[in-house]
Amino acid sequence: MSVTAAATGRLRCCDASACRQAGGPALRQALITARTAAGLAEQDLAIQPVGCLRLCGRGPLVAAEGAGGPGLWGGVPPERAGELLAAVRAAGDASAEALAAHRLDPHHPFFALQQPVVLERCGLIDPDDLDDALAHGAYAQLRRCVRELSPEAVRDEVRRSGLRGRGGAGYPTGLKWDTVALQPPGPRLVVANGDEGDPGAFMDRTVLESDPHRLLEGLAIAAWAVAAERGYVYVRAEYPLAIARLRRALEQVEARGGFGAAFCGTPWPLQLEVRVGAGAYVCGEETALLQSIEGRRGTPRPRPPYPAQRGLGGAPTLINNVETLAAVPAILREGGAWYAGLGVAAEGEAAGAPANAGTKVFSLSGAVVNTGVVEVPLGLPLRTVVETMGGGVPGGQPVKAVQTGGPSGGCIPASHLDTPLSYEALAALGSILGSGGMVVLGPETAMPALARYFMGFCVEESCGKCLPCRAGTVQLAALLDRFVAGQAEPADLERLAELGAMVKATSLCGLGQSAPNPLLATLRHFRGEYEAACRAAAEPGRAS
Amino acid sequence: MGVITLTVDGAAVAVPAGASLLEACRRAGVVLPTLCHLDGLTPVGACRLCLVEVEGVGRPVAACVGEPAEGMAVHTDTPQLRQLRRMGVELFFAEGNHICAFCVANGACELQDVAVAVGMDHSRFPYRYPQRAVDASHPLFTLDHNRCILCTRCVRACDELEGAHVWDVAERGSHCRIVAGLDQPWGAVEACTSCGLCVDACPTGALFHNDATTAEKQAHRERPALLREARLGHGWRNQGEAPP
Repeated sequence: MSVTAAATGRLRCCDASACRQAGGPALRQALITARTAAGLAEQDLAIQPVGCLRLCGRGPLVAAEGAGGPGLWGGVPPERAGELLAAVRAAGDASAEALAAHRLDPHHPFFALQQPVVLERCGLIDPDDLDDALAHGAYAQLRRCVRELSPEAVRDEVRRSGLRGRGGAGYPTGLKWDTVALQPPGPRLVVANGDEGDPGAFMDRTVLESDPHRLLEGLAIAAWAVAAERGYVYVRAEYPLAIARLRRALEQVEARGGFGAAFCGTPWPLQLEVRVGAGAYVCGEETALLQSIEGRRGTPRPRPPYPAQRGLGGAPTLINNVETLAAVPAILREGGAWYAGLGVAAEGEAAGAPANAGTKVFSLSGAVVNTGVVEVPLGLPLRTVVETMGGGVPGGQPVKAVQTGGPSGGCIPASHLDTPLSYEALAALGSILGSGGMVVLGPETAMPALARYFMGFCVEESCGKCLPCRAGTVQLAALLDRFVAGQAEPADLERLAELGAMVKATSLCGLGQSAPNPLLATLRHFRGEYEAACRAAAEPGRAS
Repeated sequence: MGVITLTVDGAAVAVPAGASLLEACRRAGVVLPTLCHLDGLTPVGACRLCLVEVEGVGRPVAACVGEPAEGMAVHTDTPQLRQLRRMGVELFFAEGNHICAFCVANGACELQDVAVAVGMDHSRFPYRYPQRAVDASHPLFTLDHNRCILCTRCVRACDELEGAHVWDVAERGSHCRIVAGLDQPWGAVEACTSCGLCVDACPTGALFHNDATTAEKQAHRERPALLREARLGHGWRNQGEAPP
């Protein structure tokens, strides 16, 4: 339902996964009941389901605009819906005082330091309502591309923006688009990778659940830029709400005659389809993802040839991460130079180095006060996100480390919290910027146990095709078990490092190559904990 | 078709465009250890034993799927490669149940051969002793999963040359196993033509003729290549006969 101009106020109720789980739908229903009880109608006070309002840990979230001033409320129980309604409707209402514990400060750095580009419509629109999205500018850039811009001009703009793959690898997006577009004549395909599987990562889910038309627009623009007429959105099965909303969004487009007729006023035979994964982490790897779309066993294959050369059915195929594609409409609207200017230039960055331009969405979780989704300019110090925005570890305890990049990443120790968030700076510390998962670790986290957790994940998720990942991760997990149990020998330390380096150097795909990263990074920054696990075994008096 | 010249361990070699790095190494007289590769089958780059170092490339490259480029400098025998290959072979031995003394393929086993080639006399990694089954349901052949190294040569031989696609891989990670048909007993799979090509392609004693006992496996691993050559060249040459 669209918000009518006549409404004197409105309540935007977060209806994304986290807030749903926290009781969002019940609260929204209670608010509607309370509105009726107060003798009000939709025109007086709109109560609207919207996408993510960012601070997931305090859900269910309600953003209010009314005579009581703009406000953000978190965790209000449904039985207090009447009070919330009263607080929103009138300034200085006593209910506002009573609900003070649930009132969140929208000027807190967690919100104030965000720079929404990818998420610019998240929390403002009803994700199930195409008209609402259109009223907020959806598909305007697609229309402009198809009607006014040549594919080359679109690719130039994306190249100028300095946008890099947000799935974690950081490959320059414009270059990838050019590579696909410049292949010999023939059909091409586009694919959006929404197989977001890193533990602690929920950026793409946020985009898909909050603003599915944004991804569809980005993907359609990509299709225009590389002259593709077919495409897929690949989403993991564990995201049922994202899948449902995406499918509804596509149905809405099709009901209006498809992307060309609906938004561009011209026939354009673009066909997009949603494909659902079957629960394999490795299918986030692009070659395995393509196998999965083709109905085969999801295992990676050696590259080259890259999908840009030979992908689905042998045709050149453009694969981009959901967040990458979702940044494209804003880049075209504001210009590539604008996006490139959003990044914070990191100190000591070599001239000519790949840019760390634009914004990146991170999902902040773990031992942190403010859990949720943040979008910030790249180049911002890690400390700003974790401490200023995230509020640090609950109880004022010190941050021990920040895990970035999930099972492919590593841990940034607290001593390096001033590292700028850039692909290169995090890689230099043995971690990766990754897809955007950011798990804050408090002082009580034992690093060998953390490494063992991620190694167990890789053991479970290895596809089994290549030897180092299939058998090497099993041996690494067994070695780590000895450290967790405090029964390791000094020689085990050497074996860990040696086998970790072997799996990293020799595995077939990115998953295997990065599987030892959490281990190697903790070994590098927290070697003392591993050594202590050896000493504990060496002291017979210290039986556990 | 163009020709590409490159150096392998300092020796210059020329290969036709489209050849693999493995072929280039062979032309230079270098025998690389391989397990998942078999001439005549599509390479998959899974065993990671034929790794070589290419100057200017950050990580080792699997030669079987590597593409030669003009002027490329390839090194096949560095201390790092020797160490990586040896660890790979150790991992193979530790992940299955390989008891050579009782194995039908003793003396005709490629896993044994690569262990000798890389100088692996023991594994530093503990043996996993996985619980695995034996499928003796086929009238002519047996599949012993204990000896399977998941090279998928049987899968590819059956699919690419016999066209029956009896074999596939089920599960994932260390739980992977070769399955016949729709995960049926081999003998119950009607698509199987009993051609025996999978047995010929198998590098170990995982697939064998029922009448063979310890150290009696007669391996005919040249057959897939002969078949493919015959099919592409529209002519047959007998085993042992020199190529035309």
